[in-house]
Amino acid sequence: MIEFKNISKRFDEKQVLQDVSHVMYSGKTNLIIGSSGSGKTVLQKCLVGLYEVDEGEIIYDGLSFTKMNDEEKKMLRQQIGMLFQGSALFDSMTVEGNVKFPLDMFTKDKESEKIKKVNEVLERVNLVGTNNKLPSQLSGGMKKRVGIARAIVLNPKFLFCDEPNSGLDPQTSMLIDKLIHDVTIEFNMTTIINTHDMNSVMEIGNNIIYLKDGKKEWTGNSKDIIFSENKNLNDFIFASEFLQDAKEMRMLEAKGKKS
Amino acid sequence: MSFFSHLGKYFIMLKGMISKPENSKLYWKEFMHQCSEIGIGSLGIVCIISLFMGAVSALQTAYQITSPFVSKLIIAQIIRDTVILEFAPTLICIVLAGVVGSKIASELGNMRVSEQIDAIEIMGINSKTYLILPKIAAALITIPMLVILAMVLGIYGGRLTVGLSGIISTETYDRGLKELFLPYNVFFAMMKAYTFAFIVSSIPAYFGYYVKGGSLEIGRNSTKSVVVTCVVILFADYILAALLL
Repeated sequence: MIEFKNISKRFDEKQVLQDVSHVMYSGKTNLIIGSSGSGKTVLQKCLVGLYEVDEGEIIYDGLSFTKMNDEEKKMLRQQIGMLFQGSALFDSMTVEGNVKFPLDMFTKDKESEKIKKVNEVLERVNLVGTNNKLPSQLSGGMKKRVGIARAIVLNPKFLFCDEPNSGLDPQTSMLIDKLIHDVTIEFNMTTIINTHDMNSVMEIGNNIIYLKDGKKEWTGNSKDIIFSENKNLNDFIFASEFLQDAKEMRMLEAKGKKS
Repeated sequence: MSFFSHLGKYFIMLKGMISKPENSKLYWKEFMHQCSEIGIGSLGIVCIISLFMGAVSALQTAYQITSPFVSKLIIAQIIRDTVILEFAPTLICIVLAGVVGSKIASELGNMRVSEQIDAIEIMGINSKTYLILPKIAAALITIPMLVILAMVLGIYGGRLTVGLSGIISTETYDRGLKELFLPYNVFFAMMKAYTFAFIVSSIPAYFGYYVKGGSLEIGRNSTKSVVVTCVVILFADYILAALLL
């Protein structure tokens, strides 16, 4: 579980996050949603310590991350996996090299055991047989899956995903969402996903926080969104007529079931 | 950003890269990789420049010494001392600032922009120790070796030229090389080589590591790193000459 209390972050004159508090639960896909520039990525980078918060506290399983020294943060980070927006794979390494890198760095397993583990993880993300390919030889969706494989190879307790569906077609996006959702439940991880993909919100949004202009505007789950009367949230989620119609249909269905 | 802000950030980066490696085997592998990249990768250009540097020095020195009262042995001595004292350490390191420096800056810059450095940090690895320290250590090992090679090839290039063009015989050239030789000059050249090796690797690493933006900024920072490195090398060259000679 990750809890953050009253987080604020400012870059020069711009207040990017203001007094944001929330709890992210383990075994659930926790979503941070909001339009571009709303502070999603900054919030996630604050949570993993890539940015120092100006105010507030971040607590990982009861331990205050903000009060940890560099060495303690380093130890905690070994329990964190992260999937970056652009996958952030190491260009000079093959798929196998990328996935094996955390194992090489932090385990003393034999080479054969590491390869076995890499193959298991690659199988989990449906990338069997791609071991010797370079990142430049992979499609966007495959890169994301290698990124997921690298993030989960050490069985982390916390998984962060920054816009995992950006630049992907709807079908591949759904596959990635399902994969993240499945591994979250399988490994009982606390997964935090930044997204503005509405499919993801509706399909895997167990615990959602909506940010607007760096402030927490709304929280709930994918079912609550349908009935939400928050204008900003509705304008953001149901931006198109098609989605507005879908919302009305869902509401009517729900009312029908009740009566 | 002011000069002092850059200077402060540069020293913080250097301090930050001194930490215990998470896995010394992997760091050793990276160090060896960098030795190969910096040392073997620059071998060709260093050989070509050194040979021509010696050859041109021989022709120009001979051109200027016209008096029949000046011993021809002095041609070899001038080539030897200019190559050892200035050409091999300074000229080669300025060339390496372009070859190695721009590569370090663009490699780290690309890793920064594509979030690969963030990915390393998130894994709980000190990215400065893993990415910068092996580059500086490899430069400190391989660049002085390249400078020694440049000295040898520069002097040999001079020998080849004087022999082929008939300025003096190679025997006279060899005799000239041995006369009035000061081993301290080699020590001085090596001091310069180590200092410049550190400059050539650490300044581009700073410019690459702290890139902000996209590919345009990577290019800009890479160029800026080469310019700053060359200026700092020339400045350090003057300081070392004033202090040690």
